Amino acid sequence: MPETATAPAPVVLGKNQEPAPGQSPKGRSLWSDAWRDLRRKPLFIISAVLIVLLLAMVFFPGLFTSASPIDADLTKHFQGEPNYGHFFAPDWFGYDGQGRSVWARMVYGARASVTVGVVVTLVVTILGGIVGLVAGYFGGWLDSLLSRVTDIFQGIPFLLGAMVVLTSFAERKVWVVSAALIFLGWTQIARVARGAVITVKQADYVHAAKSLGASTSRIMFRHIVPNALAPVIVIATTALGGYIGAEATLSYLGIGLADPTVSWGIDVSSGKDALRTAPHVLISPAIMVSITVLAFIMLGDAVRNALDPKSR
Amino acid sequence: MRGSRSVKWAALAATVAMAATACGGGSGSGGSSAAGKPEGYVSINVNEPQKPLVPGNTNETQGAYAINSLFTGLVKYTPEGKLENANAESVTSKDSKTWTVKLKKGWKFHNGEDVTSDSYIDAWNWYANIANNQQNSYWFSDIKGYDDVHPEKGKAKKDAMSGLKKVDDHTFTIELTHPVSYFKEKLGYYTWTPLPKGFFKDPKGYGQKPVGNGPYEFEKWTHKKLVQVKAWKGYKGDNKPKNKGVQFKAYSGYEASYQDVLSKNLDISPQVAPKDLAKRKSDFGDRALDEPFAATQQITPAFYSKSFKDVDPKVLQGLSMAIDRKSITKTVLQGSRVPATGFMPEMVKGYQKLDTDIFDYNPSKAKKLIKEGGGVPGNKVAIQFNADGGHKEWVTAVCASIRKATGVECVGDSKPDFQTELDARDAKQVKSFYRGGWVADYPLNVNFLKELFDSKAQANYGGFKDPKIDELFRKGDKATDLDATVKDYQAAERELVKKMPSIPLWDYAANVVHTDAVDNVKIDFRGDVVMTDVTVK
Amino acid sequence: MGRYVARRLLQMIPVFIGSTLLIFCMMYVLPGDPVRALWGEQSADPAQIAALKHQLGLDLPLWHQYWNYLTGLFQGDFGTQIASQRPVADVIAQAFPVTLRLTIFAFVFTVVAGVLLGLIAGLRADKALDRVVLFFTLLLISVPSFVLGFLFQYLFAFKLGWVTPTVQDSEAWGQLLLPAIVLAGLSLAYVTRLTRTSVAENLRADYIRTAVAKGLPHRRVVGVHLLRNSLIPVVTFLGTDVGSLMAGAVVTEGIFNVQGIGNAIFEALNRREGSTVVGIVTLIVIVYLVASLIVDLLYAVLDPRIRYA
Repeated sequence: MPETATAPAPVVLGKNQEPAPGQSPKGRSLWSDAWRDLRRKPLFIISAVLIVLLLAMVFFPGLFTSASPIDADLTKHFQGEPNYGHFFAPDWFGYDGQGRSVWARMVYGARASVTVGVVVTLVVTILGGIVGLVAGYFGGWLDSLLSRVTDIFQGIPFLLGAMVVLTSFAERKVWVVSAALIFLGWTQIARVARGAVITVKQADYVHAAKSLGASTSRIMFRHIVPNALAPVIVIATTALGGYIGAEATLSYLGIGLADPTVSWGIDVSSGKDALRTAPHVLISPAIMVSITVLAFIMLGDAVRNALDPKSR
Repeated sequence: MRGSRSVKWAALAATVAMAATACGGGSGSGGSSAAGKPEGYVSINVNEPQKPLVPGNTNETQGAYAINSLFTGLVKYTPEGKLENANAESVTSKDSKTWTVKLKKGWKFHNGEDVTSDSYIDAWNWYANIANNQQNSYWFSDIKGYDDVHPEKGKAKKDAMSGLKKVDDHTFTIELTHPVSYFKEKLGYYTWTPLPKGFFKDPKGYGQKPVGNGPYEFEKWTHKKLVQVKAWKGYKGDNKPKNKGVQFKAYSGYEASYQDVLSKNLDISPQVAPKDLAKRKSDFGDRALDEPFAATQQITPAFYSKSFKDVDPKVLQGLSMAIDRKSITKTVLQGSRVPATGFMPEMVKGYQKLDTDIFDYNPSKAKKLIKEGGGVPGNKVAIQFNADGGHKEWVTAVCASIRKATGVECVGDSKPDFQTELDARDAKQVKSFYRGGWVADYPLNVNFLKELFDSKAQANYGGFKDPKIDELFRKGDKATDLDATVKDYQAAERELVKKMPSIPLWDYAANVVHTDAVDNVKIDFRGDVVMTDVTVK
Repeated sequence: MGRYVARRLLQMIPVFIGSTLLIFCMMYVLPGDPVRALWGEQSADPAQIAALKHQLGLDLPLWHQYWNYLTGLFQGDFGTQIASQRPVADVIAQAFPVTLRLTIFAFVFTVVAGVLLGLIAGLRADKALDRVVLFFTLLLISVPSFVLGFLFQYLFAFKLGWVTPTVQDSEAWGQLLLPAIVLAGLSLAYVTRLTRTSVAENLRADYIRTAVAKGLPHRRVVGVHLLRNSLIPVVTFLGTDVGSLMAGAVVTEGIFNVQGIGNAIFEALNRREGSTVVGIVTLIVIVYLVASLIVDLLYAVLDPRIRYA
């Protein structure tokens, strides 16, 4: 699927508009400026509210529904249209083909999606960041080698690659799906990080630090990393939404998460058999996926706007 | 070699270029437009045969449709499951060990060649020979001399089985290594059909353009689109086609074919996708058929697993009674299955009403039985299934039913595809239950019991082993009279209720829809549409 | 220019070999045996399985199998399917054009609609219309294509009855319209946003001011000066996007029953037809590599400052 396969990178960072952190030598002011800016943006506020709600569903699903996502009652097979008046009741969004509460499954599905999204983003950022840092800082043959390896992974279509990787696992739990996404997803961050590091490396203050005899590790971690972080964070936040979409897509295809894990992707997949008779069974989890991805994409947008000095 | 390969490249490039540039030619030539069907033909959604069309190699429904229309063997089954002579005048035996076959005279292959004893003997020897890698070769393993042409290791020692002897052009004898009272029943399977002489010179070519002796003759096979056969005028059997020909058209799924039947671009869809099951009656009325056939679905315990090692059968009986078959078949499966009442479906010869309540839903008795039997280790079971086969919904429902009725935790153990699922069975890694079941090769109770529950049976993946059951099977195998065999196996089935080698869930029904342009659509015991009987209005 | 192209082509070789090797290894370690599975639940004969494997070369070590595959590939031989015994090249030749059409359809839609929307939004940056377009793209990015596909199917097939829910004839252009739009959805959003940002930025550039000051007609300023310069980042994106559009077809083709490589690869993966999977992925990798080369060459056309030596 494209949203996972394509790098959102060029969108937020066009060729000509890479935020050059080197332009604001005092890193701290960039971040505090950004934060001040963020708090005033409606985009950020909406996404933050949504994400807080989602996190609440992840940690305290019981707050939202009293029903269990796996208890089935076949007498309620596809029963009833959604009862939009029954807030938080088990029959708020009706029942699915197994006679389970659709609303309960919407709530409990958040856990898998958000976990996969966050875990993949964190690991990919660290892993891709390190590769990008090493390649960009040391250059030379190391850069060539790492860039070629990145090219190879980039060349494999993301979705098809993930399908092949996941087929080899008999147990498809959250960590397996995460690992597959990490395996194929780190290249994007690596490229952005490499670009950012190369830009920062040429900044005056890095040259100054070098001529003052600072050690490699000091230059790397005191000067380069903090200043090259902004574009990486921008990409990572946007990508988080993409990973959640990817998990849902793979689960939908039957090769992502598997029962008994509750996942929106699985529910969309089983709901498709009832699209003619009970569309709400498919549409409800689909809306959850979309809202979740939307929340993180909006967050990414807001962060980008805040961190990109040009857009201010 | 090089030349032909570069031609292939060029062809590939040309198709790509054509698709990219020319918009034309697209719509008319499509595989699913009604325009391409000759007058009087019947079209049915049967997917691309997975293998070349050779009776000894085909073992999937798609290919079986084509093979059955192109080839006719010695005997055949009526749609009701009754065995009758086809190409054979008679198939007889006194001791069930040596069988004498007399062929009807005047039968020919589509190319005009006579069907003789050699057509059968040569074909069977070829199928059985290990060098030819035919998937159905094991069907011939009862015949004397099979080991010579198909040794367990290495190459064939001879190229003919000593058990097959030609008497004259229309008589031959088959000697078996041991009596098999239901050997004639086995002969109804399409693997036992004859081949013309030309086949042996060019098996590959004949696999693409088969020449048979059946009611239809081969017209064309456009890969991934259709196989077309036309009624053969020279056919001597009594199941002469009532239509002028058949188009087996490939669709990517039953959803697409359902739509095409609705819009009358296709005559018959032999199955209905889950999405359309609920609407089939309102869309088609009495042209939506639900015909039970000889196939059963079961969940089979792996007797080596932690859950079921040395399990008391009472536990399994209890679990069986915790499954609400009636509700599940009605709701989740939407009438595409019929609740099981035994280890085989009702239309199978030898089916009996078992005097037991283990197929009834009874939560309190279920709980009691499980408790008496000592419970399930860890109070948890899993049902292994493959996610690519449409099994997820019923597995989830069965699990929910068990959980609700007994408090035993039950989860579906989803494997991404059939390959992986089969792999886990072969490697004995099934955690507790796996999705078992059987589709009849021949509609006889022996087929449903021996292949699954004999301790030496290949398909006995659960490792069920019971000396008493084996003994009853042996007794039935030794009987030289078919009725005696059936009776002995019935006794074994009654015994199986106490041993629970498997929990039968439900039997299959074929959900067929057809347009009003065709009539007389019948289903055979394998769940396939009987193509020769379909009439065109 | 010629030397640059030659160098780029040389650089492709390791990437190409690496990607195919990676997929090849992945297929190799998959559980499940395609030869064993030919027998299904029926009794399989170990001797026969071994014989078949030997015949197909599947009993060789991984490196040997890969070597055989590569040498075959360079002679135009994509291998043979295990079950159907059809040449993989035939299977691809049948499915590929369908997906190619779908992709071209989606691609054209992306470019036309995306650039147009982006231009409209960019010319009116930060006005109401711009906000509407931005929000629309945000929605498109958030809705995964399988959701979009079902929404369209529900709306246009079941509610409005305009189309059949699935594609009946994969070779009819008209029927591919709906799946193509679904496939294009995400790229459309990205192209729109890219064009918008780029247009808004370039509007402030000196050369636009010069052009306006020179008294050039508005249409010429926008059509030639502004658009040509704003399209550079869009072209970059589109180049990398062709490959992912083709890969994304797996989902779209599944929902709408299009008989393209997406369906073919899914089926092949389930049946462990290794050579088919590797063949299709290889083809997509080639498309991706060639597309990125073309993009780099296009730079020179679009941006007169860039010259390849």
